[in-house]
Amino acid sequence: MPLAATTKVGDSYEETIVENLSRTQIVQYAGASGDYNPIHTDEVFATQVAGYPTVFAHGMLTMGMTGKMLTNYVGDGRLTYYGVRFVRQVWPGDTLVARAEVSAVRTEDGATLADLVITTTNDKGEVVMTGDATARIG
Amino acid sequence: MTIERFPVEASHILMFARSIGDTNPIYEDAVYAKGTEVGSIIAPPTFAQSSAQFDPDYFLRPKPGQAWFGSAREATGIKREKKDGESSGAAAGGLHAEQHFTFHRHVRPGDVLSGTTKPGKNWEKEGKRSGKLMFSETITEYRDQNGELVITARGVGVRTERVIEQ
Repeated sequence: MPLAATTKVGDSYEETIVENLSRTQIVQYAGASGDYNPIHTDEVFATQVAGYPTVFAHGMLTMGMTGKMLTNYVGDGRLTYYGVRFVRQVWPGDTLVARAEVSAVRTEDGATLADLVITTTNDKGEVVMTGDATARIG
Repeated sequence: MTIERFPVEASHILMFARSIGDTNPIYEDAVYAKGTEVGSIIAPPTFAQSSAQFDPDYFLRPKPGQAWFGSAREATGIKREKKDGESSGAAAGGLHAEQHFTFHRHVRPGDVLSGTTKPGKNWEKEGKRSGKLMFSETITEYRDQNGELVITARGVGVRTERVIEQ
């Protein structure tokens, strides 16, 4: 069910967007998106050359998975804007929860729009990504 | 960067949706999609990022006959001296700091997009964990086969002085 025009400020929704993120899912995202940066999929390169503790997910994978929560909440084809800031790396094994809260409901060019504030958090309680979105709700 | 031709295909949308763990039938089932408000399969919101597949020179894709910086026999295929104070993040092309999409409409299979990227602002900030942070912005306009603006994407990349340890 898409978000209805009765939506009000403070309404919120959250979803676990990934449990125990696998290296294979990161590989899947590399293949689908075309971003083969070895820092995301190549343990030898990531640790020995780049100096990271292990590989880490593409920021865009976190944005994509958080987008799933968002479209589940607002409905398909309803987003007019979705933007994020990557705050912290996402590592294999992470479980992420994405949350959206309605910050404004307004009218623009005859359409009712909801503005949302987005936060994606890992299982240590650290924020890994923040963002904003706007969706047409009526 | 210019993407001359980015044909949007149902199989690519399916693969992309799978990679983000999204099982919504709107991304794979044309019969289901026809009965919805949207009316057809659409692409997930962040799908435009996979335009990299259609950039012939995209530097984060290995190409036949060219050295690749990922591991093979050695930990990296490219031997290159690091400049003083340069981080490995820089060697890997920097990190992604922000991404914003404005949707003028949602992309569907059969669309043929083109993308034109222009540089945006550049700025610097002092980071707690990473030393000096150097940000640079790019704006990409995706247009469809009729020249209509479909998605405006704004990306911000960051290069750091030091590897960010956690």
